[in-house]
Amino acid sequence: MPAGSSASTRRSANSEGDPPIATPRARAPREREGWLALPLALYFCLFFLAPLVLLAGISLRVTPQLEGVGLAQYARFAGDPFNWSVLWQTLLIGVKTVALTACIGIPLGLLFMETARRLQPILLFVIVLPLLTSVVVRTFAWMVILGREGLVNNALTALGVISTPLRLLHTELGLVVSLSQIEMPLMLLPLISVMSRLDPNLKDASAALGAGRWRTLFRVTLPLSLPGLLAGCLLVFASSVTAFVSQTIIGGGRMVLMPFYLWQQATTLFNWPFAATIGMVLLGAVLSVVTTLNALGRRSRALVHG
Amino acid sequence: MARQTTAGDLSYRVVLGLLSAVALLILITPVVVVIITSFTDSRSLRFPPPAYSLRWYSALFDPVQSAQIHTAAWNSLVIAVAATAISVVLGTAAALAISGRRTWWTQTLDAVFMSPLILPTLAFGLAALMFFSTLRLRLSLPLMIVGHVAVVVPFILRTTIASLSQLDRGLLDTSSSLGASGIYTFWRVTLPAIRPGILAGAFIAFMASLDNVSVSLFLAGPENDVLPIRMWGMLESQLDVRTAAVSGVLIFTTAILVVVMDRIVGLTRRIS
Repeated sequence: MPAGSSASTRRSANSEGDPPIATPRARAPREREGWLALPLALYFCLFFLAPLVLLAGISLRVTPQLEGVGLAQYARFAGDPFNWSVLWQTLLIGVKTVALTACIGIPLGLLFMETARRLQPILLFVIVLPLLTSVVVRTFAWMVILGREGLVNNALTALGVISTPLRLLHTELGLVVSLSQIEMPLMLLPLISVMSRLDPNLKDASAALGAGRWRTLFRVTLPLSLPGLLAGCLLVFASSVTAFVSQTIIGGGRMVLMPFYLWQQATTLFNWPFAATIGMVLLGAVLSVVTTLNALGRRSRALVHG
Repeated sequence: MARQTTAGDLSYRVVLGLLSAVALLILITPVVVVIITSFTDSRSLRFPPPAYSLRWYSALFDPVQSAQIHTAAWNSLVIAVAATAISVVLGTAAALAISGRRTWWTQTLDAVFMSPLILPTLAFGLAALMFFSTLRLRLSLPLMIVGHVAVVVPFILRTTIASLSQLDRGLLDTSSSLGASGIYTFWRVTLPAIRPGILAGAFIAFMASLDNVSVSLFLAGPENDVLPIRMWGMLESQLDVRTAAVSGVLIFTTAILVVVMDRIVGLTRRIS
């Protein structure tokens, strides 16, 4: 499970498998002392949380020279409709990518369930390889596919469908399609891990009771796979709204999204307070989406596990 | 299931099959396209390439012409090895503490440690840059390593906690009831049992560090350039077809490593 939210999913999976009574959890063995978490906790306080607190602090500075304290930067962000459209565009790209990965990922997950056990490792390899291949490489691949003389344009021209090449690169559609391939493994892995734990008897029972395949899919398989689907949506969303390389290369210069906006303010215009504000807004937006999806996830798990 | 195939079942099969085929095509095509493109003879990214040659590979391996790429690749490798090593030690220790406990503080720690996976790490990259600048530290390889640990340690935590949850606790009780100390039990019982989990996590962490953009984008400077940032620059400003050769090398290396790690620790099984 590659999900950050997987902790709770995993727990529910455990509690499902464990006998309900007399689990000897009273005392952790000596070697598992709690203080072992201390070094990593210290590291996180010092090098993860402290910088984020500083980021929040800098976003409250009034001038680029870091003078004054106030909400001036947030007021500036909220006051300009351009900023709202950047934020909206960014979140929309995330939502569209999630929708596309889900539409394509669910059938692949179902295919994985029905694939013979000895063929499953090959399918997993096909899914895992892109996950571990560099994001820049995958972005580059989409440049070649979507370019003026790329795979799609040349194929369509050869088939006589078009006479002049279509503009696919530097469009929103191109970006969403590319991102959905780039982030697909993040959707598939949690989905598959939940789907492959489903009891195959359920499907047979549903069929035996007279339900068709479609009915079984929508009434049995999908509801039970909801925790995995939500975990996948979460990861794909979080990852596609911050996909700096894909956004700048496939989306191009005309499409300003939050990551590029933040980077530009910080490193070319050296306006740290405003860059920090963009960062905080992005953090806030992603966190609220994550919290919502997590709450939904809890409800769906309650639904599944009673 | 001796039911007759109805129209519904047939449409289910057709739709499912078509969508799966599309999904597989979308997953595989980019990898294949990059490999073919890396052998192009052209200065453009025309696909299929008009002619084939090894010119971009020879340009890439030329020590003078591609010195900057080589330095960036070496830096990336050093950072990835160091960040992974630190993450393995910190992550395994934390996993031992967190796994099997369900108290408020383990849940909080778990959420915090895992948060880099879901938070926009680009904001963290900016925060790290501001943090180090405020402390008047010059951007350097060690700082980059420090920054990478936060974003790769969740991978190790996850696989290690998963391995620990499958560990037979009876073994640990047996070991201690036979008089073994906690440390002895750890080295002789726990560690061998969870080693595949740690290794799988370490491998993913290593690849994630090698591939990291969000943190490196802010912490990389002229002296500590890294591969993904350099490749991004090669694609952003003017098209440099050597990127195709770099991509070819990366794909082959990744594929081989995935197969090897799968043999050793059952990588693909552990990731899902």
